[in-house]
Amino acid sequence: MTEISGSDPLVRLEGVNKHFGPLHVLKDIGLSVGRGEVVVVIGPSGSGKSTLCRVINRLETTDTGTIVFDGRELPAEGRALARLRSEVGMVFQSFNLFSHKTILENVTLGPTRVRKISRQQAEQRGMELLERVGITSQAGKYPAQLSGGQQQRAAIARALAMDPKMILFDEPTSALDPEMVQEVLDVMTGLAKDGMTMMVVTHEMGFARRAANRIVFMADGQIVEEGSPSEFFTQPSTERARDFLSKILTH
Amino acid sequence: MEAVVDELPVILGAFWLTVKLTVVSGVISLIWGIVLAAMRVSPLPVLRGAGALYVNVLRNTPLTLIIVFCGLGLGTVMNVQFSRDDLSLNSFWLSIIGLSAYTAAFVCEVVRSGINTVPLGQAEAARAIGLTFLQTLRLVILPQAVRTVIAPLGSLLNALVKNTTVAAAIGVMEAALRMKNLFDAHGDAIIPIFLGFAAGFVVLTLPMNLLSGRLARRLAVVR
Repeated sequence: MTEISGSDPLVRLEGVNKHFGPLHVLKDIGLSVGRGEVVVVIGPSGSGKSTLCRVINRLETTDTGTIVFDGRELPAEGRALARLRSEVGMVFQSFNLFSHKTILENVTLGPTRVRKISRQQAEQRGMELLERVGITSQAGKYPAQLSGGQQQRAAIARALAMDPKMILFDEPTSALDPEMVQEVLDVMTGLAKDGMTMMVVTHEMGFARRAANRIVFMADGQIVEEGSPSEFFTQPSTERARDFLSKILTH
Repeated sequence: MEAVVDELPVILGAFWLTVKLTVVSGVISLIWGIVLAAMRVSPLPVLRGAGALYVNVLRNTPLTLIIVFCGLGLGTVMNVQFSRDDLSLNSFWLSIIGLSAYTAAFVCEVVRSGINTVPLGQAEAARAIGLTFLQTLRLVILPQAVRTVIAPLGSLLNALVKNTTVAAAIGVMEAALRMKNLFDAHGDAIIPIFLGFAAGFVVLTLPMNLLSGRLARRLAVVR
């Protein structure tokens, strides 16, 4: 298992609460993610997993609590927030590639516009990243011309192009046809091996077992249990987790 | 028919003025309309309110009133002048202000409806890579929004061509006012002159409609 530096986590959430109207979606969440750590968040749908992922780059605001990223509290808005987001990659369930731009343009937009890197440099680096995720031949195509798996790999390349300190994955394989899930998980496993800090919301238990340093189990807006994959999957300590696992692992 | 042929240079000159009114106020209203749309979707309540107020006032005021206000209110009372000695140039620019201010309100609403067709995930992805609000709008949302509303924008331009005739109200010698003058000079040839002018407008608007339809198909964003 990767050595995690406990003293200085990359992300720290303390007492985070969030409501959607009357719905209390995050209840007093406390969680740290160490540098280089891969945290996989699992739990039944509606448990607040995606929201937890989205508050870390403030795509969702919080009601109370503090979130510290890389030693600094999350900025509320403006340029400081944009700068923070450029350091936290995000991969969405529905890919969200820019439909009017080619795959290569998708990957170079951030570097050229946010980091102000020259187009030539950004394209060179972009092609390297597309190579890494295995879709160099698709560089000139538009997102709609690619399969779901290819689009999601392009989205990962787009996130990587910003040299993020961390990448958030919000159910990255849930919108994919079954035969395309593996190609995306392979890329993610590779990233985990290379030491990327990752928070992954997923239903892919095989990936969770294989790539996670830590499993966080959520239900009803709370973190019910956390632990190493081997502990969690073989002897979960809470009834809620046992119940959840029995439902998904039997078939 | 003879009257139309005799007066052809005059008629063409009048249509040239119509074209100039259309092109200049078309460009201004497109830019101003997009700025208004950006205001109406901005996170700042003050800008949203100002945009909404502008659009609802301008869109619900008859163009004739707006043009007359520009001629009398801006021109005569407030003494806005574009040329000290050329009165026709003055009324030309005053009517441009009126036409642009009015058309921009419609452009704003069309562009805003286009923005609503762009999935929320596009903006989220743009923000997630660190683009600011304005960059997100300019680089991701507007290019997609405008492409989906090229056809309705074409209809607005078509309406603008015909709306330029209202500039006659403050003495701009465009096609409609010239036609009225020619009626006075050639009382025996009203129908041919009328048909000539009507044909002139069709010649201006028809290719525009065809072009905007073609552009809309060519630039459509595939999702």
